Amino acid sequence: MHKLNIEIDEIKINPQYRLQFEEAQGCHVLLFPEGLIKLSDSAAAILERCHQATTLGKLVEELKIAFPGVDGLEDDVRAFLEDALNEDWILSAHS
Amino acid sequence: MRTGFSLLTVKMSEDTYIPMWLLAELTYACPVQCPYCSNPLQISASRKQELSTEEWFKVLSQARKLGAVQLGFSGGEPLLRQDLVDLLREANRLGFYTNLITSAIGLDAEKIAEFKEAGLGHIQISFQGADEATNKRFGGTDSFKQKMTMTREVIRQGLPLGLNFVLHRHNLHQVTQFLTMAEELGAEFVELANTQYYGWAKHNQEHLLPSKAQLEQAELATNEFRQKHTGSMDIFFVAPDYYDDRPKKCSNGWATTLMNVTPEGDVLPCHAAKMIPGVAFPNVRKQALDEIWHSSDLFNKFRGTEWMVEPCASCPEKEQDLGGCRCQALMLTGDAANADPVCSLSPHHDKVRSITEKAQRPFNPEEPVPLLFRNMKNAKQFLTE
Repeated sequence: MHKLNIEIDEIKINPQYRLQFEEAQGCHVLLFPEGLIKLSDSAAAILERCHQATTLGKLVEELKIAFPGVDGLEDDVRAFLEDALNEDWILSAHS
Repeated sequence: MRTGFSLLTVKMSEDTYIPMWLLAELTYACPVQCPYCSNPLQISASRKQELSTEEWFKVLSQARKLGAVQLGFSGGEPLLRQDLVDLLREANRLGFYTNLITSAIGLDAEKIAEFKEAGLGHIQISFQGADEATNKRFGGTDSFKQKMTMTREVIRQGLPLGLNFVLHRHNLHQVTQFLTMAEELGAEFVELANTQYYGWAKHNQEHLLPSKAQLEQAELATNEFRQKHTGSMDIFFVAPDYYDDRPKKCSNGWATTLMNVTPEGDVLPCHAAKMIPGVAFPNVRKQALDEIWHSSDLFNKFRGTEWMVEPCASCPEKEQDLGGCRCQALMLTGDAANADPVCSLSPHHDKVRSITEKAQRPFNPEEPVPLLFRNMKNAKQFLTE
């Protein structure tokens, strides 16, 4: 299988995971069989933008508009996407 | 250093517990007769007292308001509830992630499609053996082919699937066979769960508890499989705590994470808690879940560490295991407030030792296995009307 390259490839959230805001916990969570992960606001802000096919470039553009004045944003988004890919939270938009 | 877009886990304040897991035991009726079932021995054949659809809707709604988000439909066999698809639809509407824990007996392609449409998140199918004969011997039903067919069908329809194998003395040697089968079928998760000794399993313990050598061999085989097969299948091996020297927390901590509702509406902090003496069991027909979770005697009885006696009370490790399992302490020491005797620091640790010592006889497939199967006929002797 072709290894996903987050620098250029289109990605989307793994359809087997569900992202939602939890009132009781005051944060977004990612739900999957028999488990959940609590997300920081910034992690949620990224994943929320991955419901449709997107790219690292597009995400950074959108986030720069949503969070103006944040330094080092691109590196952080890249690092998060790498983690998310390792955890299978995101996949290739074409898989 | 990252500037804020890194992954953080939100830490909640120490004294706010949210019942994130709701286990809904829909019925005790079951076509399978597993002698290692952790349901109570006292199960009634009558289903008249089961919660109605409307009552379950109320439970789901109240639990969701408390912050429950993972929901397991279990039993017995949840497929025996005619309203299962309605319950799934309502749960999904409320925002639960739903897990169906089933034997697959009574499942068909049409139902899977219906469940998927209703928003089911995940199906877990249990096997009682890795081949037709073993599955029949320990499940008391001829269901192996049905389980295989339904496993394939769930995958074909694109629902996340986990397989569950409950392990004991007479099938631990099948671990590699189980894993090979699961991988061929295309399961995403496999749980190799050693029998936990409650209810029927405790009654049959002498014939179910494996020797330490058997267990080590099975763990080795599991690790070998993991190394050789680097595919995407996740394997969880749940060891039996009898061979550890520290106990396991009760359900992630008594009344911290799990809320279990029985078919008749009793609300418990763990699925075995019905055995705790001297305490009233709250019921959803009489009280709201919010009150039960926060204020009931049962839920507060062993919450935190205040209730502890020695050696737990002054133990530096008390926060790590919270004294272990209350039901195991009760069964083996006679007092639910004692340290779980699995702990080598427990003055009752010899009780666990004397049970495990008897289990060290080598595995012999010819050994007679007089198990009491979990069915309503066998349950009659335990019921006091």
